[in-house]
Amino acid sequence: MMLLAAFDFDWHAFFFMFFALLTCGFALAVLFTSNIVRMAFYLILSLGASAGLFFLAGAEFVGAMQLMIYVGGTLVLLIFGVMLTAQSRFVTMKTSSGEWVMALVLGGALLFLLLTAAFRVGDWRTGHPNPANVGLAESKTTTQIGMGFTGVRVDKLDAPEGSTLVSGMSGYLLPFVIVSVHLLVVLVGAAYMARTKRRASSAGVGA
Amino acid sequence: MIGISPVSVSHYLVVGAVLFVTGAVCMATKRNALGVLMGVELVINGANLNFIAFGSKYLRVESLGLDGQLIALFVIVLAAAEAAVALAIALNFYNNHATIDVDQASELKG
Repeated sequence: MMLLAAFDFDWHAFFFMFFALLTCGFALAVLFTSNIVRMAFYLILSLGASAGLFFLAGAEFVGAMQLMIYVGGTLVLLIFGVMLTAQSRFVTMKTSSGEWVMALVLGGALLFLLLTAAFRVGDWRTGHPNPANVGLAESKTTTQIGMGFTGVRVDKLDAPEGSTLVSGMSGYLLPFVIVSVHLLVVLVGAAYMARTKRRASSAGVGA
Repeated sequence: MIGISPVSVSHYLVVGAVLFVTGAVCMATKRNALGVLMGVELVINGANLNFIAFGSKYLRVESLGLDGQLIALFVIVLAAAEAAVALAIALNFYNNHATIDVDQASELKG
């Protein structure tokens, strides 16, 4: 540890650069490959690398959820969709060059707009003067997130009286319940919609 | 040494912007319906990265705090629900029309 500190090397910037380049590079690979199977694989790598950025920003619980729900769940679902529809004529579908030019011009303009906006606010640009001074106990957020979902904000116990943090309405208990019921309804509906239907004409043969 | 020290919110916003634009162009150019879905995932992930950056204590003195992470978790769950429904629609389309090309989905055209 002391050996590493002696070099005075900014590991935060190094790992940020590493994960950022992986994330952006594989996202561009998703865009520029026309093979649907490779797109799915590059998407997994891009989202996995962005989980590294989440860890780097101190959101270790969200980073773990990104890996488990997104990479482990949503993308497996997408890959099942790819496998179920991967007939040879759908694996590689070329886009016409006119559409490429149009989309890249519009995308470039949008990217230019967003990049100028990202560096416009001084408070966003300067960064934390001394990130090493953030306490280790302050950085452990899993308990605080769990308490926040049950309606108690342990990270804002010292909020002044009469602020917007009204007792009983400050946490995320109601959105948490709503989103869980929403997920249940959506999964039931998706299973209902995606089930194999028997064609009326082939009912006598297939049944 | 790398030129971006200290890492700030703006650098995270750049990565989020690249993910967002890539996803939007992906949605516009892909002809495979599942490719369009992957573009949606990229866009959602770019927005999520911005929530995490604004909620991080290591990038700004006055950060959004825990709210950024909580909203990011909700976004992840809603993205999972969205992917399930969109995939069910795509599979239904494939079963009924024997194609996954979004250009062929013109039955509802007026």
